[in-house]
Amino acid sequence: MNPIIEFKDFTFKYRAQMEPTLKNINLKIYPGEKILIVGPSGSGKSTLSNCINGLVPFSYKGDITGELRIKDQDPAALGIFGLSKIVGTVLQDTDGQFIGLTVAEDIAFALENNLIPQDVMKERVSQVAETVEITSLLQHAPSEMSGGQKQRVSMAGVMVGDEEILLFDEPLANLDPATGKRAIALIDQIKKQEQKTILIIEHRLEDALYRDMGRIILVADGQIQADMTPDELMCTNILETHGIREPLYVTALKHAGCTLQAKDKPGNIDTLDFTPYKEAVQNWFSKVEIPTPTTSHKEVLKVEHVDFSYIEGKPILSDIDFSIYQGEMVAIAGKNGAGKTTLSNLICGFIKPTAGNIYLNGDDIAPLSIKERGERIGLVMQNPNQMISKTMIFEEVALGLTVRGVSQEEIERRVNNTLKICGLYPFRNWPISALSFGQKKRVTIASILVMEPEILILDEPTAGQDYKHYTEIMEFLKQIHEEKGITIIMITHDMHLMLEYTNRTIVIADGQMLSINTPAAILTDEALTEKAYLKKTSLYDMAIGCDISDPPAFVDRFISYERGLR
Amino acid sequence: MGTKLLTYEKKDTWIDALCGVTKLVFFLCWSITSMMTYDTRILALMLVLSLIIFKVSKTRWDQVGTVFKFILFFLCINVIAIFLFSPNQGSIIYGSSTPIFTLTSRYVVTIEQLFYELNIILKYFTIVPSVFIFIVTTNPSEFAASLNRIGISYNIGYSISLALRYIPDVQDDFRKIKNAQMARGIEMSDKGKFMDRIKHTAAIIFPLVFTSMGRIDTISNAMELRGFGKHKKRTWYMARKLQRNDYIVLIVSILFMVVALGITYADGSRFYNPFL
Repeated sequence: MNPIIEFKDFTFKYRAQMEPTLKNINLKIYPGEKILIVGPSGSGKSTLSNCINGLVPFSYKGDITGELRIKDQDPAALGIFGLSKIVGTVLQDTDGQFIGLTVAEDIAFALENNLIPQDVMKERVSQVAETVEITSLLQHAPSEMSGGQKQRVSMAGVMVGDEEILLFDEPLANLDPATGKRAIALIDQIKKQEQKTILIIEHRLEDALYRDMGRIILVADGQIQADMTPDELMCTNILETHGIREPLYVTALKHAGCTLQAKDKPGNIDTLDFTPYKEAVQNWFSKVEIPTPTTSHKEVLKVEHVDFSYIEGKPILSDIDFSIYQGEMVAIAGKNGAGKTTLSNLICGFIKPTAGNIYLNGDDIAPLSIKERGERIGLVMQNPNQMISKTMIFEEVALGLTVRGVSQEEIERRVNNTLKICGLYPFRNWPISALSFGQKKRVTIASILVMEPEILILDEPTAGQDYKHYTEIMEFLKQIHEEKGITIIMITHDMHLMLEYTNRTIVIADGQMLSINTPAAILTDEALTEKAYLKKTSLYDMAIGCDISDPPAFVDRFISYERGLR
Repeated sequence: MGTKLLTYEKKDTWIDALCGVTKLVFFLCWSITSMMTYDTRILALMLVLSLIIFKVSKTRWDQVGTVFKFILFFLCINVIAIFLFSPNQGSIIYGSSTPIFTLTSRYVVTIEQLFYELNIILKYFTIVPSVFIFIVTTNPSEFAASLNRIGISYNIGYSISLALRYIPDVQDDFRKIKNAQMARGIEMSDKGKFMDRIKHTAAIIFPLVFTSMGRIDTISNAMELRGFGKHKKRTWYMARKLQRNDYIVLIVSILFMVVALGITYADGSRFYNPFL
């Protein structure tokens, strides 16, 4: 059988760059394969996929040496439009790539461009809509749909054209864990039903491996570092070396001193045979000590029986009731659209509760204006571009103080101090445009910290970040949390974040607060995770697999062991 | 969140069932006629017709009411301004002057002036309902296809569609950014000084532009990857075939325009003069 995609000594350099982004790539992909491409940010994995769909070199120009054949043809001769008939691409931003005014039009978009007659088009659209189960949504506008539904539309939009290769660019970004799991299952189903070749680019390795994957290709520094089955890959240390997060159960097995064997199928928790490792894991479990947590009892934020609705009788949030104590790091988690952002908007005062009260250090904050609350509760938005309005770093960080008429010396002192804490002091006179995404994020955090708020709220602080940047941002937050004793609330659906960095998690689903508890307790509760569209952690399954009677305790020990290693 | 102003709503009427292109042609003919003619008899007929069409289209008052009041306000200003700036316009047009009462030596209210201004009011009242009907009965998805049908490049039609698609998203971004900047202490209320307010608006506009540029980048890649611009033509999922009713409306619209303008210009003047 001939490979459907073949790279031979392929090198690519972007026009604006000195060094090639892809170096000497040799890769064969055969029809019907299902392949996962992983790699840290900037490794070249996106460039690799853009070479396959034609964005490189047709939209992003550069120099190519070596050879690339797609379906035995030269991409340069096919052009981006020729390639679009062979390769269907689902981009990462499911909202941004929604082109049509309604679902049906969006699915039909490629057909319209290919001059397919309307009657054929209508039939194809309804067939594909059925495959991805969105038939009832065909007349809906994008604003009426959830992230998971939009992603199904994107998938339908590429399946409709009969392309043989489907390319998914980070399909799990921005999806809650349960929806992500369903997306992976759907991709698997499409592959089986339609005999397509599937390429998935993703750095959430554990979630992507939820269904079988033929091979994993690890790209780092512009080169292919590994090309093997998931089972083989889990037995190596390559992932760790290149800054990719291993599945938690694999990390836990390694902590317990086990040497993994490919024959035990460690590529997926459901296939992994724990028998040879059971004893080592049990031993390790009994040895690890848990430090007793020191908790403060000073209530910083008290949300008391809060309801919120736009229209009477249709509550968005009902009876939300919890307290957060001085110096806690708390996550708010739950399915997309469950009301997490509404809750943070209520706390910040952008909207007013229909019933109930919110207290900050014992004072009812209802009379405070948005501006006054902003001095005590800082909000950092998900996308730093949504906050940055100045060109220079110093000015941006100083903005909140400047508009409050703080004296020049005071501004200088506080901004410099904050920049030092945030590791941005050396860059203080740089234009913001020269910074990376992670550094911009720091600037936005610094611009809030400078006002010395009592609480910091972050909306999805690590969304779309690879493990290295995730760790960087989170360790930074942990550091300011420890140094300044500030209380941090994070809206997230990253379960690793909850486990590793928060002491409690508030779970919200369909406008109700289901629980507030330790992340270990929440992520080992099957009924709760299902209801809130979370996913139980693989450590739970591992504990069960190893006959450990108290899975939450196992998870707790794993986390404290991990924290000890950092 | 309740009824949205001036947005398409599906209704079970024969007007709703017409093709977008038919409505567009009707709307163009109707507006051209109304703009060109000052023939009171024709304007009066058009007023009666547009009220009938408004009723038949089942357009509800809450879909258009607020905007209608707004337009009414402008109409009043317009009518007063005409009187203030050219109180004798009516006499000049109709060639006679029949004073009713005198305000000052310059401002004499004449029957001719009142009649002239009545024509202006009639024009508003003939065009406005047709604009409302066009907007609330034309599915925006079909609009691009309709423009393409009457010979306008699909690139232009699609740009309009995309704008409609992204308006809610940009509004959403705007609200989020505004909230976050207000929390940082940027005053958006009327309190601050004028220059400060301009500066503060920049604090929303810049992030909004940068966020939107990101969107444009994504959407243009997404469109290209799905073959947009590959051929000179494209087909439309939402395009509708012209039916019997469409042909009737098209013919009637064009005939109406020709006859109306014919009657208007028959005596060589755009104005109908009852004072002769």
